[in-house]
Amino acid sequence: MKAATLSDYLNQVSLLRLIAVLALVLVVHLPSLPTWEAVLVVAGLGWRLLIALRQWQLPPAWLRTSIAVLSLVGIYASYGRIHGQVPGIALLMIMSVLKLLEMRSRRDVMVTVFLMYFILLTHFLNSQEIWTAGYLLVCASAITALLIDVNHPGEALPLKKILASGSKMVAISLPVTLLFFLLFPRIPGPLWGIPSDAGASLTGMSNEMAPGDISNLIMSDRHAFSVKFFDREPPPRERYWRGPVFDSFDGRAWKSSGISQRVQTPDVELLPPAVRYEIIVEPHRGPWMFALDIPDPATRPDKSFIASEYQLMKGRDVITRELHVLISHPNHILQKELPDLTRRVNLSLPRDFNPRTVALARQLQAEHATPEAIVQATLRMFRQEPFVYTLQPPPLGRNSVDDFLFKTRRGFCEHYSSAFTFLMRAAGIPTRVVTGYQGGERNELGDFFRVTDADAHAWSEVWLEGKGWVRVDPTAAVAPNRIELGLSEAMQDSGELPSFLQRGGLNWIRDNLTTQWDWMNTQWNRWVLAYGPEVQMDLMRRIGIEDWRGMIIALTVSASLILGIIGLLLLRQFTPARNQEVAVRLWAQLQKRLLRAGIAQRPAEGAGSFADRVALETPELGDAVRRAATIYQQLRYLEGATPALQEELARAIKAIRS
Amino acid sequence: MRPWLVFKLLLHPIRLAQARIDAWVMSRVKRQPGPIPVPRTRVYIVPTRFGYGYAFMGLVMLLGSMNYSNSMGFLLTFLLGALGLVCMHHTHGNLVNVQLRSGKAPPVFAGEVAHFEILVDNPAPAQRYSFSLAWPKDSQPPVMTDVPAQGTATLRIALPAERRGWLPARVFSLSTEFPLGLFHAWTWAELDTACLVYPKPAAAGRMPPPASGAIGQMPSNIAGQDEFAGLRNYHRGDPMKSVHWKSLPKSPSAPMVKQFTELLDQELWLEWDALGDLDLESRLSQLTRWVLDMEDRQHAYGLRLPGVLLKPGRGEIHQNDCLRALALYKPG
Repeated sequence: MKAATLSDYLNQVSLLRLIAVLALVLVVHLPSLPTWEAVLVVAGLGWRLLIALRQWQLPPAWLRTSIAVLSLVGIYASYGRIHGQVPGIALLMIMSVLKLLEMRSRRDVMVTVFLMYFILLTHFLNSQEIWTAGYLLVCASAITALLIDVNHPGEALPLKKILASGSKMVAISLPVTLLFFLLFPRIPGPLWGIPSDAGASLTGMSNEMAPGDISNLIMSDRHAFSVKFFDREPPPRERYWRGPVFDSFDGRAWKSSGISQRVQTPDVELLPPAVRYEIIVEPHRGPWMFALDIPDPATRPDKSFIASEYQLMKGRDVITRELHVLISHPNHILQKELPDLTRRVNLSLPRDFNPRTVALARQLQAEHATPEAIVQATLRMFRQEPFVYTLQPPPLGRNSVDDFLFKTRRGFCEHYSSAFTFLMRAAGIPTRVVTGYQGGERNELGDFFRVTDADAHAWSEVWLEGKGWVRVDPTAAVAPNRIELGLSEAMQDSGELPSFLQRGGLNWIRDNLTTQWDWMNTQWNRWVLAYGPEVQMDLMRRIGIEDWRGMIIALTVSASLILGIIGLLLLRQFTPARNQEVAVRLWAQLQKRLLRAGIAQRPAEGAGSFADRVALETPELGDAVRRAATIYQQLRYLEGATPALQEELARAIKAIRS
Repeated sequence: MRPWLVFKLLLHPIRLAQARIDAWVMSRVKRQPGPIPVPRTRVYIVPTRFGYGYAFMGLVMLLGSMNYSNSMGFLLTFLLGALGLVCMHHTHGNLVNVQLRSGKAPPVFAGEVAHFEILVDNPAPAQRYSFSLAWPKDSQPPVMTDVPAQGTATLRIALPAERRGWLPARVFSLSTEFPLGLFHAWTWAELDTACLVYPKPAAAGRMPPPASGAIGQMPSNIAGQDEFAGLRNYHRGDPMKSVHWKSLPKSPSAPMVKQFTELLDQELWLEWDALGDLDLESRLSQLTRWVLDMEDRQHAYGLRLPGVLLKPGRGEIHQNDCLRALALYKPG
């Protein structure tokens, strides 16, 4: 069926509405665009507005083409490429504005509507906060209202009317939307790979630990992950979230040696108690999942693995919020037998660095018999010597560990773990640096812990005969409060904390509000954003659906049911009110019967004269129709509308057979 | 080969199937005097081109959301899907339970365009929007209207009148794409109504033969409206338009009235037999021209066709009678 053409002229009112809706869709993207493009987009909208209001000419084709070409060049200049997610969004915005500049007819509106939906979608690649849900509904209602307006020919419908109808349609669609959201089988992405620039441009832990990396990290308030413990909540000193592990030192930065690829997952002996918890990891452009301490490999989620240093890792970067339920064991024996290769790597040091530290290590080796004693002695040194825990350490020279241990003695967790690891290796104890998070702030409302980049931490692991890898946190020796109470408590009086970590004054109210906001955000993350294949399957099992086939059946049945109800309710709106009088309804039946025989009562004809005409034209029906007409007249115009008489009329009508 | 031709060939089986379906649907349409109710079973609905585009866009968005595991993307995609389905019910409901009646179809001359009035009744308590009415496979843009709640809208649909006689209304479609333009819902109906098409008037020029026994025109004494014959005093009941307003200020108490006399031809007959040199349709055309001319000049005239005789007369009714006789004339 060919679509009927609407009168193609787009009136001014509809055009102004279109510009308004497009502006609504574009506005949230403006801050992330390069300045020149934001200006161009705003100017384009303004220009089209003036064209509509002042009846100016639309720009000629050559001008539009040049704007398009120049924008393409501009985007290439700004991003260095024209493919990929960010330049793609920038292109989409330019296209929508250019389309607007050549718009005359209703047909063009349809193309713009498609563009608007896509622009709306791309917004969620950058941000999926709670407010975006409201924004989604507002935009969808506005675009729907626009479509309603455009599909009405001639004069534009009143604004209030189309907005009301648009929001009503969106509201009616919501139940089905939610059903699809819950029941549509989710498959673990990605389908074809994700551009390298996808996702929010927030980064957390990095692939190496150079001086200053972690102290930079803690200055950001980025939410790293939230955790909810199910039964047993470990004390702060046990809450170490394992991230990147570094076993190679080049004198300046700690990195990961290449052996991870060649060494299999180490054996581990898990000891009670088990800690079961749910973790929602925020996207952070790294593969680490930040499990608590040593996770049970059996609870490892799909598409993840346990690396050679026992970090739980994803096969790719975490670029979407992910929810997982894991079990960890704070008590464990990790890698009882140390392979030669691993031992060599974890003892290796760069040549000709930190001679004083190496000398100190020799001395410790001579004084103490066992590795345990060397570790204890070193920690005692950190505790007793005037070491200071500070976020603003003085700069260090080439022999950074020497400078730190013997000169400045002021540093941050990365300095302590780095120096400790170096010292231990020099003393012949296999040691490595572990980075990740430590602690986390409890949210009183939601009974969960919120871990931010401010909780980023670095510690060490030493390998001891019979005990495997054992965590040693030299920072705890210097600043026990950092471990027990968290960074903000430990550093409250130092004046070095970023403002969001400072207490007192108005901050108390802010903290309270923050708690509630955090709680809401966590619920949002938990139920909406982290709703992926695993959470879905978990929920489905709880309501008795075992596989995706069951989900599809449940989805089809329930969606059809709801749509059926919606259809019936809508139809009722379009159904004439039932006439209250029985006789009128019965007479309508008679009319229907006779219409099948091609006999129609004329508008000006009463029941009696109609019956007379039927008798004249179709004598074989005459008597029956006359009889029915008599009873009908009696029922309607004389007294005594008894049920008996009504039944008689019904019988008389049934007796009419054409 | 041009790409569009390949496309057309590929679509050929689909078009063939469509034609078969159309034929089947059309055979179900009965010619009825009206009112024709439009129940649910007579409302057909398919996606529009925009609707297919919308579905395709939804699919692309779904794949995108899957790829990025983007929850808000899923929400938007599913919302658009649900909106599409709800829109289908809206579009369908918009058309269900209306009633079609035929209105006037004023006569036209062959070669002109006939206009059929079609009345759309909405007995329901909700307003209906954006109905369009069209003959099938018609290239001209459809006529469109809204129908108020419990009200009636009148649509006038044009059909070229090529030949004289009755021009029956064809099967027409009443359709709507409201509210979102994703679906096209329509119904077929054929109202038993027709437009009378008069013969096409011949070109002016040929004069009717002089009437039998009438030489020139004689003023009669019958008061008429043709020729000014003087003034007389006003009597109660004289029409306003015959009052001689110019003289009123001179004698306000005794208004004068203009008096006319009627010109009466003596037996001006428009004769079929007088046009022996022409073929049938040309004769009718010429007679039509004469009827119009005579009416224009305020002559009284009669019409004589084989088997039809209309006595001389004047005025719209007489003219229509004559034209009707000419329109419906069947030889032998």
